[in-house]
Amino acid sequence: MSGHSNYQPTTAFGKWMHERLPIMELVKGQALDFPTPRNLNYWYTFGGILAVMLVVQIVTGVVLVMHYTPHVDYAFASVEHIMRDVNSGWMIRYMHANGASMFFIAVYIHIFRGMYYGSYKAPREVLWMIGVLIYLVMMATAFMGYVLPWGQMSFWGAKVITNLFSAIPFVGDSITTLLWGGYSVDNPTLNRFFSLHYLLPFVLAALVVLHIWALHVPGNNNPTGVSVKSSQDTLPFHPYYTMKDAFAIVVFLMFYAAWVFFAPNYLGHAINYQEANPLVTPAHIVPEWYYLPFYAILRAIPDKLGGVIAMFGSILILFALPWLDTSKVRSGNYRPLFKGFFWIFAIVCVALGYLGSKPAEGLYVVFSRILTVYYFAHFLVILPLLGLLETPKPLPSSISDDVLARKRPATAAVPAE
Amino acid sequence: MSTAEHADSSRRDFLYIATGAVGAVGAALTVWPFINQMNPDASVLALASVEVDLAPIAEGQQITIKWRGNPVFVRHRLPAEIEAARAVPMTDLKDPVARNANLPEGDEATDVNRVVGGKEQFLIMMGVCTHLGCVPLANEGDYAVVEGNEKHGGWFCPCHGSHYDTAGRIRKGPAPQNLAVPQYAYLSDSKIRIG
Repeated sequence: MSGHSNYQPTTAFGKWMHERLPIMELVKGQALDFPTPRNLNYWYTFGGILAVMLVVQIVTGVVLVMHYTPHVDYAFASVEHIMRDVNSGWMIRYMHANGASMFFIAVYIHIFRGMYYGSYKAPREVLWMIGVLIYLVMMATAFMGYVLPWGQMSFWGAKVITNLFSAIPFVGDSITTLLWGGYSVDNPTLNRFFSLHYLLPFVLAALVVLHIWALHVPGNNNPTGVSVKSSQDTLPFHPYYTMKDAFAIVVFLMFYAAWVFFAPNYLGHAINYQEANPLVTPAHIVPEWYYLPFYAILRAIPDKLGGVIAMFGSILILFALPWLDTSKVRSGNYRPLFKGFFWIFAIVCVALGYLGSKPAEGLYVVFSRILTVYYFAHFLVILPLLGLLETPKPLPSSISDDVLARKRPATAAVPAE
Repeated sequence: MSTAEHADSSRRDFLYIATGAVGAVGAALTVWPFINQMNPDASVLALASVEVDLAPIAEGQQITIKWRGNPVFVRHRLPAEIEAARAVPMTDLKDPVARNANLPEGDEATDVNRVVGGKEQFLIMMGVCTHLGCVPLANEGDYAVVEGNEKHGGWFCPCHGSHYDTAGRIRKGPAPQNLAVPQYAYLSDSKIRIG
């Protein structure tokens, strides 16, 4: 872990510490001197943005818990108490609720960036798979957090999602009873969701450490997809990327603040300001926007178990992505056909999200089915075949060659692209 | 010397296996209470039954009772609803099983098997869609009895579009089963106990 550092303690305290816990060597090697490809663009800043968002969510969440009561009789009122009575409570709660959405915006950009530049390919498969695991834990955390205000959408979202497990043959009903701690979503359910919602962000933090560890073994991928060959190709992380990331983080926080202060309820559902009622289902149950593509896939299949399998399958298939993409070329910049299919896939995901927000009837169902088939075909048919059929463009001989070629005037010979 | 060494190593093997075995069994036994604590507790199980007076429910009216945290529909059906349900051939049913906790498992989903014989007008069942647990809306869907511009009986789940007929049987949509009939008994001519 400290292979990139030539750290030599200079102060007496530094020497004393270094012999007992060489943490400064770790920091210098991994966070300051770490050799990073010199051509990373702004799409690569979303990892840093995500780390900041995790911290924001933990800090605002810990504060909210100081004023929240996890009981079916008090939860809804305690959230209103936060909104009306607690000093700056409205702001902290809006930061937490919108922070979840910002977290998902950033993670989706981060995931699609990885897909475009082939960051899941050897030797970064484990890095990618830890990332998928982080995404799954994020979804579970956000789902349980949304239940805590105990509004109508909280309750019915919880009921529908936990009922997904009842589709499992034979043991399904026992599993849902176990999840609920009763015969329906009720106080025991709220209590355990609260407990787990507090726990999982720390699990996420631990997974993020593993994710960064797995990143720092092979080092960053980059927009050319060509591996680092010499020190000509890299820059030290500090100050080059600490500055670039910090700039992107500040811009992203401004975007985030715009939501918090000017449209704090835009991404939520008005009906969640109505207290949970186990006897009345709202007319349109819609999950939060970040689940909508998967919800569309769930509803596209006219069979309960089949729908559940397709929905979980659509996420779990990401674990297999490193082996489904047969192309040796990492970056989409050098794969003319892949580039087109990548953007079609991105549009399909957004379109599925739109369909997930619409009622499950008529043409919406027809399009959901077509796009669900395409979603799976992208992974199971298109990516495996593309690697075999496509002729990639010539790759630059190194990262620095590519960077320098772009710097030259247009008249000069351009080796790559 | 060699025998002593042999004795030593077999003693170590024994300790190794015995420790591992006791540890594994102990871990397994300890895990169970930590899973089982999630199951319904004694206070949840204590709320197991509820009594309902049927007398005030007018013909064509439905009331909703909360039982074990879930809605139970108690519907006083019109004769037309009962007739419509009886007229359905078994082959038209998506789920041919009665799903009636008061009957042996696997009984046919005829109309009479969904109620109590002689009390066909009272349909008592869980108001929980068998798809993903939403509460279906009464007097809605493709299998209600239509009289003029009024619909009687039949249920429609707004979440994912399941249609139930006038006996609460699934006819169309993603739900796999008929609406469940809970265990209940008539205490008197017009009083039942659910659970």
